[in-house]
Amino acid sequence: MAMLSFEGKYRVRGGTLVGGDLFDFWWGPFYVGFFGVTTVFFSLLGTLLILYGASLGHTWNVWRINIAPPDLSYGLAFAPIKEGGLWQAITICAIGAFCSWALRQVEISRKLGMGYHVPFAFSVAIFAYVALEVIRPVLMGSWGYAFPYGILSHLDWVSNTGYQYLHFHYNPAHMLAVSFFFTTTLALSLHGSLVLSAANPAKGEAMKTAEHENTFFRDIIGYSIGTLGIHRLGLFLALSAGFWSAICIIISGPFWTAGWPAWWGWWLNLPIWK
Amino acid sequence: MAEYQNIFTRLQVRGPLYAGTPIEAHTAFSRSSAPRFSHLFGRLGDAQVGPIYLGISGLAALICGFIAFEIIGLNMWASVGWDPVQFLRQLPWLALEPPAPAYGLRIPPLAEGGWWLLAGFFLTASILLWWTRIYLRARALGLGSHTAWAFAAAIWLYLVLGFIRPLLMGSWAEAVPFGIFPHLDWTAAFSLRYGNLFYNPFHMLSIVFLYGSTLLFAMHGATVLATSRYGAERELEQIADRGTAFERGGLFWRWTMGFCASAESIHRWAWWFAVLCPLTGGIGILLTGTVVDNWYIWGQHHGLVPDYPATWGPVVDPATLPGAPK
Repeated sequence: MAMLSFEGKYRVRGGTLVGGDLFDFWWGPFYVGFFGVTTVFFSLLGTLLILYGASLGHTWNVWRINIAPPDLSYGLAFAPIKEGGLWQAITICAIGAFCSWALRQVEISRKLGMGYHVPFAFSVAIFAYVALEVIRPVLMGSWGYAFPYGILSHLDWVSNTGYQYLHFHYNPAHMLAVSFFFTTTLALSLHGSLVLSAANPAKGEAMKTAEHENTFFRDIIGYSIGTLGIHRLGLFLALSAGFWSAICIIISGPFWTAGWPAWWGWWLNLPIWK
Repeated sequence: MAEYQNIFTRLQVRGPLYAGTPIEAHTAFSRSSAPRFSHLFGRLGDAQVGPIYLGISGLAALICGFIAFEIIGLNMWASVGWDPVQFLRQLPWLALEPPAPAYGLRIPPLAEGGWWLLAGFFLTASILLWWTRIYLRARALGLGSHTAWAFAAAIWLYLVLGFIRPLLMGSWAEAVPFGIFPHLDWTAAFSLRYGNLFYNPFHMLSIVFLYGSTLLFAMHGATVLATSRYGAERELEQIADRGTAFERGGLFWRWTMGFCASAESIHRWAWWFAVLCPLTGGIGILLTGTVVDNWYIWGQHHGLVPDYPATWGPVVDPATLPGAPK
């Protein structure tokens, strides 16, 4: 596999967390490492289990395939393989693969002399997944509360779970999460646009600089966060979206069982209104 | 392990305040003259605050936005009998609702939706004027017009929700009310009325690009911060002349997932993901009620609905029952 022109000088040994030099090599463009091996193991096994689960169902239509968690009556026990046990095994594989991937990112960061921002950011996404599939079901006392594996079936789960709390938009953590998702997308469009507009200026103009970028935003809103700051802000917004998503589902059920619109009663009943 | 990860600025180096790249002199409007430093802002980003450009389109946008804001706020206040305490207490629940369906596209009395039309008019004027400001500023500074076109994608979604779709449906009542909880109520009711918006393929795409944008910004922000010790935040320099920062950042993703963007192309990914979110979302809203009446039944016709164990009897489309509105 051809390397990029500058790639050779960066392909040095070292930086591994586990296994020393044993797995310290590349396969094509991919770095392997101990956690590359575990990633392949978990993701292959998980994919095969999903295919097996699909073969047990009535359809190979990719939109309709559904692999459901065990029935609520199994509680937190292991279920027979065709009664949700498959879902449990797939979940273990998924968590194994995600954590392996994050640790492989740590090894690659170390190899390239980078900070650990990427694996940290990815672990927030893993937290959101684990919150849905493990933390909330454990707090609720049954694996049956987790979402099923299927394209439309997991959307149905979101609908059903949302309406169990009457109107999920009233969940304050959900409000925060959605606001962060929208704000991240806004900030991303502004950042992408600004860099592209400076690198690809109007016809006949020379390429612009960060001073032009700063001037544009100061002209428009009176403040430019700067080239470093926008990446801090973007990372913060994106991770906040994932974090509050996890919080909004963990509190639904374990900590609040009524409809979310009723939660706002505390505001209406504050003593200051008297 | 406890290494400095450049999450905030520890030592703020202060150069002179910068007035901005020069602009043409022959204009009645110019920049405010007093930029200053803010230590707090300098912790996260650039410490300089200001100057701001006062232009005719910006000024007009602010005035129109203020009028819309006042119409909405005063109508909400009137709805609680001008009681200031109840106004604050009930604020998240208060609304300025569009006209009732009986009015169709006609202009109703002010108190029955006329104010909603006026607020919508001024808000729309404000947004379009702000778009003009962004376009003109980019041109005045010699920049590309990418920000203006990205903003136009968001305006498209806004216009579909509040103007284009109501026009096609023949009633202002189809539009979104102004208000914090009321617009959330509208969203939920909209999904229920049209048979579950999750089965709308353009809604699916819009969510994919919303989550995709968040994923991209997490990846991009984290990569740049992780290579900031090599100067990765100097992206324009890295676009013109790639240095070790973006070589490392690029190789990180190549080694992780077999593929990487460049200093410039990551921002093209960013722009398209962010723009496609409201673009596809607007298409999804526009088709709802105009072309497709029930997305769940649409999904049944197109083989989307999962096969669950039968718990209840077969589901009948409520619109086919006697007594359903025709």
